[in-house]
Amino acid sequence: MDRLKLIPLIVLSALLVFIINADAGAQEEAPADTAEIVKPAPPQNVRVVDNPNDNGHYLLIRWDPSPDEGKGDNDVMGYNIYRSDKPDGEYRQMGTMPVGFYEYEDGSEEEVLAGEKNLEYMEIGETYYYKLTSVTPQDVESEFTEPVSGVPTADWFHAGKLSYFIALFLYISLVLYFIKAAKSGQKLYIRPLGGIEAIDNAIGRATEMGRPILFVLGTGTASDIATIAGYTILGRVARKTAEYQIPVLVPVNEPVMMSVAQETVRNAYIEAGRPDLYDEKNIPYVTAMQFPYVAAVNGIMIREKTATNFYMGLFHAEALLLAETGATTGAIQISGTDQPSQLPFFIAATDFTLIGEELYAASAYLSGQPLLLGPLKAQDYAKALLIVIMVIGLITMTIGWSFWYDLFSTNIT
Amino acid sequence: MGTAELLWNGLAALLTLFIFSFLYRDNVFYKFAERLVAGVSAGYWTILLYHTSFTDKVIVPIFEQQHYWYIIPSILGIMMWTRFSRKWAWLSRISLAFYIGIATGVALPIAMYASIYRQLQASMVSISLDWAGINSALVTIGLLCSLAYFYFSKEHDGWFGGISRVGIYTLMIGFGAGFGLTVMGRISLLIDRVLFLKDYVLTLFGA
Repeated sequence: MDRLKLIPLIVLSALLVFIINADAGAQEEAPADTAEIVKPAPPQNVRVVDNPNDNGHYLLIRWDPSPDEGKGDNDVMGYNIYRSDKPDGEYRQMGTMPVGFYEYEDGSEEEVLAGEKNLEYMEIGETYYYKLTSVTPQDVESEFTEPVSGVPTADWFHAGKLSYFIALFLYISLVLYFIKAAKSGQKLYIRPLGGIEAIDNAIGRATEMGRPILFVLGTGTASDIATIAGYTILGRVARKTAEYQIPVLVPVNEPVMMSVAQETVRNAYIEAGRPDLYDEKNIPYVTAMQFPYVAAVNGIMIREKTATNFYMGLFHAEALLLAETGATTGAIQISGTDQPSQLPFFIAATDFTLIGEELYAASAYLSGQPLLLGPLKAQDYAKALLIVIMVIGLITMTIGWSFWYDLFSTNIT
Repeated sequence: MGTAELLWNGLAALLTLFIFSFLYRDNVFYKFAERLVAGVSAGYWTILLYHTSFTDKVIVPIFEQQHYWYIIPSILGIMMWTRFSRKWAWLSRISLAFYIGIATGVALPIAMYASIYRQLQASMVSISLDWAGINSALVTIGLLCSLAYFYFSKEHDGWFGGISRVGIYTLMIGFGAGFGLTVMGRISLLIDRVLFLKDYVLTLFGA
């Protein structure tokens, strides 16, 4: 009976010994398998071309897939790109592209990055040499391809922007036509804008109350289109304040904007015949940081007790903070911006709002100058043209023709 | 929280309360916080501009990299300083004109792409006889009417006035949605600040 009990134990031991031996055999054989490393075939037909429509610091490297791509043990996972400035010089790896991508953009226009030489930098007109390899998932690399060279060159024209050039040319032609028409005495009708008509009344109110006017140009930069439109309205307001002899306060958040605003107000005072009233200190630089600027402007509203507040320019999150404080002081407020995200706050918290393009129209309307009325008329014609283009696009897309859509699906990035 | 961190957070909490005090009325605490934050930020920005503009774009390119063409924009920058002289102040206008002209020129193609071409692409959709198609049709009608609202060369009365009115209603619906979304974001900021104050008070009393 005891012997019978030993049988399973013996079988189990034999099985264990067999497994251990089999595993040891496999481990001994393993080096024999890895000893035969099969390198994949390198990529084929490597070409180097200048990157089109750029400033001359980039090259495009293109290739055809390795014949081993998608095959057995030496399947290819990706391609390494190496660059040198001499055909037989030292090649440095610039990047790796996965299978499925057969183009690599190499180069950089930054010669120095973080105080150190940028190894990706590419000199205009220099010759650069490239070699490529294929790489397997086991990180086995193929032999190098033969070196292929390319020369980065700068382009004067961006061919991808040709349609923009044509559109701008047509638009500028329209602008010039209407400027000429306005200069020749032709009456160009512009419909009245609610916010504009309120400007004179608001200045009059400040005069009656004997309090200053606050003009905020926003937190954009001096060269933003909305800020530029703001300068024109500021000029008009400043001219009126010079006539009525009340100060206009223009705290700004950018040094260049301060210079332009000072020039604008100074010219307005000269035009009004009161250069003696111009005070540069009324147009101070406060700070470039958004919320400290808001805190300072809110303080000005409260302490100077401004009767009228203008917000004309590019605004961000500070729009509501400024307009709400102004509303609590009881000032008449007129706002205008081309920022869709801030318009709701101005509409809610100010008395009149110039919405988007009305801000640009306002500057033309106020000035009455042919130079500004012409573009406004041209914009209206351009808008009518855009509506026609859009309607044609809708019809053609609905009936399944995409040629019209393709015509406008250019990309400049 | 270490002693130094406790003190700095205490200062931040105090300044937050000073700023909040404006909700009651203008007062000496708010004035202190306002002038402190405006002054510190102006100083910080000045140093930041010195490094990012003067060092990186004048000193390094001209003196270290010998890129002497950087002298031209540097001269334009120096001309801005002539504003301090009544006699030579007119020179600064050249710099200003150059700056604004270049910036506008560079912005034009980008604005054309983002504001016109991309919008045109997004608007040219096929109208189908299902809910998605009805949605597209409504958006398109709203868009065309909104464009009509911004047409300045014609009086907005009669049939054109009606189209324009639909346009401004469409805009107001969009603004209303934007208002609600942003107010929610602002409430989140307020909650964040109140939580900061609460955590500070709890830390202070060892909770």
